[in-house]
Amino acid sequence: MAGFLRRRSRQTWHRRLRAEWTKFRTVRGWVVAMTLAAGAIVGLGLLSGQQGSCGRQGPGSECVLPVGPEGQRVVDAFTFVHKGLDGDGTLTARVTSLTGDLPPASDGGPPRPGPAPWAKAGLIVKDGTRAGSTYAAVMVTGDHGVRMQHDYVHDRVGRPGAVTASSPVWLRLTRAGPTVTGEVSTDGVRWTTVATVELPTLPATARAGLFVTSPQYAEAVSGLVGAGAMSAPTEATATFDHVQVTGAPAGPDWTDDALGRPRGPAAGSLGPVGVERTGSEATGGVVFSITGSGDIAPAGAGAAGMGATITQTLVGTFAGLIIVVVVGTGFVTAEYRRGLIRTTLAASPHRGAVLAAKAVVAFAVTYLTGLVAAAITVVFGPRVLRANGVYVHPADLATQVRVVTGTAALLAVAAVLAVAVGVLLRRAAGAITIAVVGIVLPYLLAVTVLPAAAAQWLLRVTPAAAFALQQSAVEYPQVANVYLPVDGYFPLPPWAGLAVLVAWTVLALAAAAVRLHRRDV
Amino acid sequence: MIGPTLRAEWTKLRTIPGPAWLLAGVVVSTIAVGSAAAAATTCRGGACGVDPARLALVGIQLGQAVVAVLAVLCMGGEYGTGLVHVTLAATPRRMTVLAAKASVLAAVVAGAAALAVAGSLVVARMILPGHGIPLPLGDAPVLRAAAGSVLYLVLIAGLALGIATVVRDSATAIGIVLALLYAYPMVIRVVSDPAWLRRLERLGPTTAGLAVQATTGLDGQSIGPWRGLGVLAVWTGVALTVGAVVLHRRDA
Repeated sequence: MAGFLRRRSRQTWHRRLRAEWTKFRTVRGWVVAMTLAAGAIVGLGLLSGQQGSCGRQGPGSECVLPVGPEGQRVVDAFTFVHKGLDGDGTLTARVTSLTGDLPPASDGGPPRPGPAPWAKAGLIVKDGTRAGSTYAAVMVTGDHGVRMQHDYVHDRVGRPGAVTASSPVWLRLTRAGPTVTGEVSTDGVRWTTVATVELPTLPATARAGLFVTSPQYAEAVSGLVGAGAMSAPTEATATFDHVQVTGAPAGPDWTDDALGRPRGPAAGSLGPVGVERTGSEATGGVVFSITGSGDIAPAGAGAAGMGATITQTLVGTFAGLIIVVVVGTGFVTAEYRRGLIRTTLAASPHRGAVLAAKAVVAFAVTYLTGLVAAAITVVFGPRVLRANGVYVHPADLATQVRVVTGTAALLAVAAVLAVAVGVLLRRAAGAITIAVVGIVLPYLLAVTVLPAAAAQWLLRVTPAAAFALQQSAVEYPQVANVYLPVDGYFPLPPWAGLAVLVAWTVLALAAAAVRLHRRDV
Repeated sequence: MIGPTLRAEWTKLRTIPGPAWLLAGVVVSTIAVGSAAAAATTCRGGACGVDPARLALVGIQLGQAVVAVLAVLCMGGEYGTGLVHVTLAATPRRMTVLAAKASVLAAVVAGAAALAVAGSLVVARMILPGHGIPLPLGDAPVLRAAAGSVLYLVLIAGLALGIATVVRDSATAIGIVLALLYAYPMVIRVVSDPAWLRRLERLGPTTAGLAVQATTGLDGQSIGPWRGLGVLAVWTGVALTVGAVVLHRRDA
């Protein structure tokens, strides 16, 4: 008996699904609209007007970023005064100043006093001068105290405080096999360890020396559409004295190099980057004054970085989302308008099941449509951008799959939310507006008018959090940038973002089920 | 002959609860978003690049959606229920019907918008100075932003009414209006070429229309305040004209 009932209820459920699917596919407007939604996503993704200069100025202008030892694309540009270090050894120096300018404010005026918060000056041991090679460095920074960094993405915090003539900072870097230790001191006598790191691929003979660099400075500016960001290169100059190398210095003298300096027009207004030496061994040691520009860090997108991410190819999601919401709402409100809902509920008196069947059909149709559209966009969009000379940060397969399935899930859950709001309101215009405004407006406000803290909050708690599924860039605290969602940076991890939208949708569905149950049609 | 038609439209609007609620919604949503944004913004130590009037009136971004719903239902609702046949039988001059609808709608939206804008400014005036952002309510640019925002909402109502008249279906009409209001400003943000971005900003109904809220950094804007509102007026004019033509030519 129980088995019979279960089989019967399964058949009823299949019939309900079939009925809802038939309703959907036989309304020409909805089929056309879903095609339009897919077309909007693909079209806006592929017909991007974005133009870049990569590869446009002849050979050598192709944008190729070095790859770090852990696989990330990196920036490896700094002024390097170095000599060979054969086997184990220790490098010591005192930094007595770190100065530089910030670019003028966006509304004009003179350059502002710096140095850039992430200007870096210190000691480094590195596998040669090849861009992207393994390294470890201990350094003073413009505004983030003493740090020990290695292999581009790792950052350890040391003593806070800036460098001045009255409070110089002693730095010491010791190599013992694959282990590199960074230490800091105020007097050159008592030392504190900042960090000890392992560089497994550092060869026996490495280059070691002094380095100075200063990254692209980015800040948010408000425009007509809303906040954007501007950025400009910066330069820093540091003074080193009491430079000592113990261990096995293989080379007799220091070599000066400006590694990874942009060539051609990209070099812009950078002044001469160089190294000055004053004093000599006889007068109590050489004093190095080193000027550098660039960064030793993971490469990013956005204002302080370069190029686009695959997130940008999916901008059509906004247009697609609105169409999907119109269809999802209409799937319910059209029945109320035509009175078909009475027939539906007479044929299938279990109202909760009718709602579930509608939600399942809306989800499935939208998911498949979104999946196809997003897959086409993510596969071909970056090719179009690259053909236009725009650098597109490569995303690994797992990220691409997550962005594509995530976009489909975002659209599909939004369609279910639209179904639920449609049941709650029964009127198309109001329901569509609530669903669209609930998902899109927080995002719009977050990227336009609101200050960063409020914007991050909105992107965490409102349904707009689900856009985090399209995240394709990694945010590093040790890289100064204006991290905007348009560039692929979101405050929540992808699946947490989806969970927020799902929570709102479940809430709306529950309210819709209660409403449908309690109220006459 | 527009007098009786005006009265008819006014009666339709005031005798169902929907429009009154929506108008109240315009006021409440605008003030709520504006005060939340003001409360969330603090400026310590001088220039933060915040335009106080734009911040105080940011609730318009939500209020405009409610205005659009009201305007779309004003026309789309009649097609949905078939009331449009009665309306056009009673007033065979279809232009008159559209003109009467537009006038009544403009009047009530202007009233609600004035309340919403005044309320937003008053609330922001209470919050912002304490957060280090002065908001001089009597200054000409702030008054321009206030008056301009009221006109902006009236024009959005006209745009939505025009689109609803053309497509005759509330759902499709509100979809198109919301795409113009919210998808357009998002989509153009990926254009990295500044010259193209400014061109697209000058063309969009909201990106140009909301330029009227700017009170600081006017030189950096891609379009002047009143010219920006003019662009929106052109959009509204075109939508209402096309609406009038198809209403005239087509069977109801």
